[in-house]
Amino acid sequence: MSDFPAMAPGRETGFLNRTEMLGAAALALVIFVLLPLALDPFRLNLFGKYLTYAFVAVGLVLCWGAGGILSLGQGVFFGLGGYALAMFLKLEASTPEATAIQSTPGIPDFMDWNQITALPGWWQPFHSLGFTIFAVVAVPVIFAFIIGTAMFRRRVGGVYFSIITQAIAAILTILIIGQQGYTGGVNGITDLRTLKGWDIRTDEAKTALYFFNGALLFACLALAQFVRRSKLGRILIAMRDREDRVRFSGYDVASFKIFVFCLGAAFAAIGGAMFTLQVGFMSPSFVGIVPSIEMVIFCAVGGRNSILGAVWGTLLVNWAKTTFSEGFPELWQFGMGALFIAVVLVFPDGLAGLWKSHVEPLFGRLKPRTSAPQPAE
Amino acid sequence: MTKKSPQSPLGAPSRRAFLAASAALSASLFLPKGLKAQDFPTAAVNTTGLAVTDTDVTVGILHSVTGTMAISETGSVQAEKLAIDQINKMGGVLGRQIKFVQEDGASDWPTFAEKARKLLVDDKVASVMGCWTSASRKAVLPVFEQYNGMLYYPTFYEGLEQSPNVIYTGQEATQQIISGIDWVTQNKGAKTFYLLGSDYIWPRTSNKIARKHIEKLGLEVVGEEYYPLGHTTFNSVINKIKLKKPDVIYAIVVGGSNVAFYKQLKAAGIDMTKEKPLLLTISVTEDEIRGIGGENIDGAYACMKYFQSLDNPNNLDFVKSFKDMYGQDMVIGDVTQAAYLGPWLWKAAVEKAGSFDIDKIKAASPGIELATAPEGYVKVHENHHLWSKTRVGHAQPDGQYKVVFETADLVEPNPFPEGYQ
Repeated sequence: MSDFPAMAPGRETGFLNRTEMLGAAALALVIFVLLPLALDPFRLNLFGKYLTYAFVAVGLVLCWGAGGILSLGQGVFFGLGGYALAMFLKLEASTPEATAIQSTPGIPDFMDWNQITALPGWWQPFHSLGFTIFAVVAVPVIFAFIIGTAMFRRRVGGVYFSIITQAIAAILTILIIGQQGYTGGVNGITDLRTLKGWDIRTDEAKTALYFFNGALLFACLALAQFVRRSKLGRILIAMRDREDRVRFSGYDVASFKIFVFCLGAAFAAIGGAMFTLQVGFMSPSFVGIVPSIEMVIFCAVGGRNSILGAVWGTLLVNWAKTTFSEGFPELWQFGMGALFIAVVLVFPDGLAGLWKSHVEPLFGRLKPRTSAPQPAE
Repeated sequence: MTKKSPQSPLGAPSRRAFLAASAALSASLFLPKGLKAQDFPTAAVNTTGLAVTDTDVTVGILHSVTGTMAISETGSVQAEKLAIDQINKMGGVLGRQIKFVQEDGASDWPTFAEKARKLLVDDKVASVMGCWTSASRKAVLPVFEQYNGMLYYPTFYEGLEQSPNVIYTGQEATQQIISGIDWVTQNKGAKTFYLLGSDYIWPRTSNKIARKHIEKLGLEVVGEEYYPLGHTTFNSVINKIKLKKPDVIYAIVVGGSNVAFYKQLKAAGIDMTKEKPLLLTISVTEDEIRGIGGENIDGAYACMKYFQSLDNPNNLDFVKSFKDMYGQDMVIGDVTQAAYLGPWLWKAAVEKAGSFDIDKIKAASPGIELATAPEGYVKVHENHHLWSKTRVGHAQPDGQYKVVFETADLVEPNPFPEGYQ
């Protein structure tokens, strides 16, 4: 387990303060100990799926919470990462033996349905796992870099930036659906079976992937925390609050924005790839506007200024979604709506805000009174 | 079912014969109820740990009741619940009452996969009635194959699939397309066709089969176009149609787009009752007409296997029970009827196999016949699709179809048609 506390001593300046340390430890305890002990493999896999959205939410905390860049198109990067891995897995699943029933054996089934008779050239590199892992991160980052350069260099920001990211999400969805011979269309890329011969559909594989996913998430959290603690993070916050002053102080604002946007894209892409691995397929329904906005909601529920809050928010919203929809198949969306209204009206800073305003004061009161060595909790 | 009772020489039935006959009659009437749970001990009929007890058996219902597909899938949910209710009143399956767990796919394919896994792994349901779009079926298929579940899938679809874990109670593409095209060419003298559809696998595959068949007949396709799901401006294609003057507009527009398409056709002055051009669709059932409005689609032809107006005793009973349960203003489309078949086919398979075990149901399913189907007689093919008739309906202003043609024989399902791929 790559726990936070283990890394903390390296930075004596205080990589994490006391509450952050507690929060990280609590999250690690829940993800690596409590959930695996309490849940059967099916439920654990569900939480694994929720955690893949947490990557996106953590990226959003950096972009939106710290940098003030509200991207409503994170689904694009989540999707690109997921599709890259799905292409590799699909090629592995489409052996000539497994697809003997097709007119052209050896190519993915949806290509065959669309009368494509040879694997397109741009699919070829995805035979290699190494290239695929590279592409999972590189393709979305390059794409984010292009978008970021095009917009931030021209000083497009705020609402306009959000709208453009939304448009990009819509465009990419239409592109994927329209090119169904090459992308699987609305159905997406389905029926993924093995990763280098390792069956990813078994319970053991799913449990292993869950832990791998958790470890990756903590690595990303550590990276995000590093960025926040660094000078870069402080410039981001300065930019968010008074962009002109930062610019007049001689900083190249656009470069910082592009960097953090690319970082958010990379996190989202890793989440997307982990999603494909754990759920076993990828479809355009994760790329479009609705999922992109949902991901912003996860982040908002958790608290957009707290990377740990974002993870908790993602877990809470998705768990609620599953539970409500199992309990009330026809009414659950009202429950979700009520939850979101409550977030905006009652706790606008999300779970992290609630924690700060309600839970932390308790510690504060507790400490002087007891002054016992046992800390609060 | 009942044997002819022996007659006395005088023609009046003897007392003995009467007794025998009434005994036979009551035996046959109560035959389904004769299947008592104690004759089928749970340990024997359920060797794989499904949700079967001495008194009941749990199945799953997995459709979208929220989101964009809810309007289409609600009818399927209702039909499946009706069938389950009727089966329970008849004594259940192997003496066990059917209980169901309903899950919402929320018009979202990954959610379907998640819920399918939940039904099979957590609830251990004995079978699942569910899915509607091809995308949702493709999403759950690996789940059903991995956990060895049984899915009864109601929608007409594109074929090119044949899973041992699925019974396809709707038509595959050739069953719906070929007879319809033959009918318009023979009876309406159609020579040229304009193919039109929503942009995903089912319309594309269907149009591919339609095009091959049209070209085999030596006729001509003058245009073929696709629009994204949810598309609402069809003016440009309507202008092209006016320009090319095809004999037939072959439309496979799906979902909400239908409302815009038919209203704009009418607004553009194409009166379908004049049949110049004639419109033939395979995607508009009575359910969709509720949204489109009967007056907007008056005169169009649809090729399906079932219409609510079918005049046979099974269907009259079915329509009555459906309306009694859900309201007199309900309409029943092709898929709703196919969904209604799901629980019945499953019951028949379980009783034939004498077991709830999935592998035994798989083996028992081919050859199962259902003479009580509202569409008439159906039979399960080796390839897990249904033999069924193809019918052409003529849309009326009241939103119903009048049946103008039906194939003489059942049409064989052929999900991998040679020469059409």
